[in-house]
Amino acid sequence: MRRILIANRGEIATRIIRTCRKLNIETVLATSSADRDSLPARLANRTICIGPPRPSESYLKIDSIVHAALATKSDAIHPGYGFLSECAPLASKCEGEGVVFIGPTAAQIAAVGDKLRARSEAEAAGVPVVPGCAVASVDEAMAAARVIGLPLLVKAVGGGGGRGIKRVDRLKDLPASLELAAAEAGAAFGDARVYLERLVVSGRHVEVQVLGDGDGRVIHLGERDCSVQRRYQKLIEETPAPGLSAAFCHALHAAAVRFAERLSYRSAGTVEFLVDCERDAFHFLEMNARIQVEHPVTEAVTGVDLIAEQIAIADGAGLRLAQSDIQLRGCAIECRVNAEDPANDFRPSPGRVREVTWPSQEGVRVDTHIAPGSCVPPFYDSLLAKIIAHAPDRPSAVAKLRRAIAATRLEGVHTNLSFHEAVLADPEFQAGGFDTGFVARLLERRGAVTESRPNG
Amino acid sequence: MSLTAAEVAEIMRLVEQSGFDELTLEMDGVKLSLKRGATPVISPAAPESSTARTHAPSPPVENVPAAAGPNVHEIPSPLFGTFYRAPKPGAPPYVEVGAQVEEDTVVAIIEVMKLMNTVRAGVRGTVTEILVIDGQLAEYGQSLMRVRAAG
Repeated sequence: MRRILIANRGEIATRIIRTCRKLNIETVLATSSADRDSLPARLANRTICIGPPRPSESYLKIDSIVHAALATKSDAIHPGYGFLSECAPLASKCEGEGVVFIGPTAAQIAAVGDKLRARSEAEAAGVPVVPGCAVASVDEAMAAARVIGLPLLVKAVGGGGGRGIKRVDRLKDLPASLELAAAEAGAAFGDARVYLERLVVSGRHVEVQVLGDGDGRVIHLGERDCSVQRRYQKLIEETPAPGLSAAFCHALHAAAVRFAERLSYRSAGTVEFLVDCERDAFHFLEMNARIQVEHPVTEAVTGVDLIAEQIAIADGAGLRLAQSDIQLRGCAIECRVNAEDPANDFRPSPGRVREVTWPSQEGVRVDTHIAPGSCVPPFYDSLLAKIIAHAPDRPSAVAKLRRAIAATRLEGVHTNLSFHEAVLADPEFQAGGFDTGFVARLLERRGAVTESRPNG
Repeated sequence: MSLTAAEVAEIMRLVEQSGFDELTLEMDGVKLSLKRGATPVISPAAPESSTARTHAPSPPVENVPAAAGPNVHEIPSPLFGTFYRAPKPGAPPYVEVGAQVEEDTVVAIIEVMKLMNTVRAGVRGTVTEILVIDGQLAEYGQSLMRVRAAG
């Protein structure tokens, strides 16, 4: 592979360029007009402006991206995360045009994108799923709800990322919720099918990183705990997941590998689980068929460059690592620095970054596209950087991350750095092992503290 | 001998009709600089004036990118793709330098995965420059041609 077209922006574009440079692979970056002066645009060997700022007219235009890859004689397309990363039509277009798609096959993307299909694949692979089932009528749903138990969730088959979900607490509310959920799902995802799932009241979000060669061989690279979430958006991720027994983790890893093996999964992927704190059990949630934002914590403890492995697999080199090559060393924690204002309900804060100083300490990694003068356009997600601290144990990783955040200076846009400081200083966070309700509890505690002070 | 006002006017008229935006003419101790949208400058190039012969202007020595004057419009590429000057290989180009165009005159096509998208002039005037080579990639918003607006 000599040349890769990167169909993405921001920190992940910079991240992919870094590995390509290391591998002596040329990069072509396809950008929107809002990003033509961005850091990745300057770092890439060539930058091509493919459209106006709106993602639907640039980063989501399959034809423009494939045309750009063909016209620049790029051997492959790396989609990053978000945008077209889990778009089966792009993967199949690449397959048809002879451009390598750095990721899974179109069929695998489609299989995990359909939540009901993914559930049944999980069941077939012997991976526990949250009790639930597809329902085609109100009568069916009422009968199913009695088996599943309340409270439950009505979910859209075509949904994901927390969208298209309705909570039902009383059986008599189910018919109305079903109707509403189906109408919303039809409008939002073009697929009105819904299914029922038990609501796990207290759950942790724990996911397993896998790599597959596409011929049925799959290895895992440990788990990540992503329970620090606000409105289903992850803010802090860490590995290993605190407080889980070795046997529990082993079962989790094995389940993820079984699921990916069943699909003969190719490339890097993540199998997400809901760990039921009350029942000491885990359930399959979904599989993400892409590189994820939080991949650096896994890279920190394994020493594996996941982007390089994605490229190698796409290039036909297969899996270069055996399961026994994967050693998990120490603890890594990542915080996502977003351009948003925690004092103002985390409202996005686009603008121009005047000054920025990123921490430079041993064991601290910063993945970013932000330099002095960088623009944070209002059209995209607000991720500015990821700061990752790696240390022999969790307390030292927390301490290292706190020092790294303290050394970070950023002027021109609001950031959530103060929120991260509060999280890392919080006793519940420091104890570890909490469920996804953590952020809501923390904000409530802080609100209570703020209100108790006369000048707030 | 210096250039007469009538001679300068004649040179300006010739430049107007040409595809050039800028002209520097130096002869027999007189230097004449012309730029679209600016006033001509005549300055003595040598301490002693001598006999000047008026010639039709010759092309400038250097092919410097012409500055866009107030009447010069640039046609931006409406989308990203491959720029073609003709509807199909071997066919005559939609426009050449010097062509008169209306707002809705098709001046080029941009191909994206075999889908042809027409590019219209968007302005009435004369094509003075074609900035992208046939068959090359045109980025979104990249200037494809310059047109001197009529009137």
